[in-house]
Amino acid sequence: MSDEPAPPPLLRTQGLVKTYSGEGAPAHAVRGVDLTIRRGEFVAVTGPSGAGKSTLLHLLGGLQRPDSGSIWLDGERVDSYSEARWAVLRRRRIGVVFQFFNLVSNLTVADNIELPTLLAGSNARQARSEREKLLAELGLEGKERSMPGELSGGEQQRVALARALVNHPDLLLADEPTGSLDSKGTREVMRLLSRFHQRGQAILLVTHDHRLASAADRVISFFDGRVADDATLGAGTGGRGVSSVLELKD
Amino acid sequence: MRLPLLALLARGPAHGYELKQGLEQLLGAAYPQPNVGQIYVTLGRLEKSGLIEGEEIAQSNRPNKKIYRLTDAGREALHVWFEDPTDEPRVRDEFFMKLALAPASGMADQITLINKQRRQYLNTLRDLTKLAASEDRDNRISQLLIEGAMLHLQADLDWLERCQEELE
Repeated sequence: MSDEPAPPPLLRTQGLVKTYSGEGAPAHAVRGVDLTIRRGEFVAVTGPSGAGKSTLLHLLGGLQRPDSGSIWLDGERVDSYSEARWAVLRRRRIGVVFQFFNLVSNLTVADNIELPTLLAGSNARQARSEREKLLAELGLEGKERSMPGELSGGEQQRVALARALVNHPDLLLADEPTGSLDSKGTREVMRLLSRFHQRGQAILLVTHDHRLASAADRVISFFDGRVADDATLGAGTGGRGVSSVLELKD
Repeated sequence: MRLPLLALLARGPAHGYELKQGLEQLLGAAYPQPNVGQIYVTLGRLEKSGLIEGEEIAQSNRPNKKIYRLTDAGREALHVWFEDPTDEPRVRDEFFMKLALAPASGMADQITLINKQRRQYLNTLRDLTKLAASEDRDNRISQLLIEGAMLHLQADLDWLERCQEELE
């Protein structure tokens, strides 16, 4: 028996609140969220548009600051970090992909992916080898000299995934990653997220697409700035499921 | 299952087991538990209503088998089947009635009902994704059936979301 305490969860939040004060009444985007994500977990957050799920993701990635509440990454409190320290976190420990890819349009695919590695202090040779490995894995060999604008949406999102994963972050945040893709691009991104997860990548996916969400181990339903349900999938629900959907009646 | 069996018999006479195999071949993994008993019961009913006729064939060493063929009435029924558009899938289902009657009964909470139902749909969606991945990609009929089931569930999940927005 070991006396060591259990390691802290990968990410934990307590009482997270974010309110937008525009014209008129303040909008409560996130209203007191307690959330724990364990290492290697694949969690999806679903809900109607305007429920605050993207705001939640932005808070977890330090892209926006909470009005109140705390965030711990690997046991360390990070909500009070400066902009610069958050930038370092996002470079090394938290990868982010967005709906509209956000690639640097005047850099090649290769440079887009290598940039975060170089910024994190790798030498050019390491950066190149990591980039080559990821491009092969994502089925993008031969595209390294392309500019982002020359690629399809699905390909651009795969480049964005490579960029987000190149420094082996502990957590990948994905904000509607298939929101601007066709069904083929969507299936491809879904397949890749599942594959990286199977290798141990922790993922928090925000999506309005229930099918995409059902690829996760855990689905959080987000309504009106709050967690309405937190369901672990794959445990069985006692329903007849697949066979009742597909059977021939009469 | 009556009309699909008739349609399989339109290509020629067959016995019950052959029809079961025909369904399995057509629907692949998307037809999880082909129930041979159900097939024989249905064939019995179709024969009684004159849509098919059976003929006992004697076999050495084995019980007789019955070969079924389509009658003219059966062929006509099939024509009508293909001619008519099909009814829409049900919307006012069992779950909807639970949701509608929960407050009056005072025995269940609507949001709890929605959450429970969502969990079930999500799990089934997940199982269907696995089924589609395990099924032969070239069996287009099977893949399309699974895809259809998933799109329906997606719509059901979107509708649950609407209910939750309204009722919360």
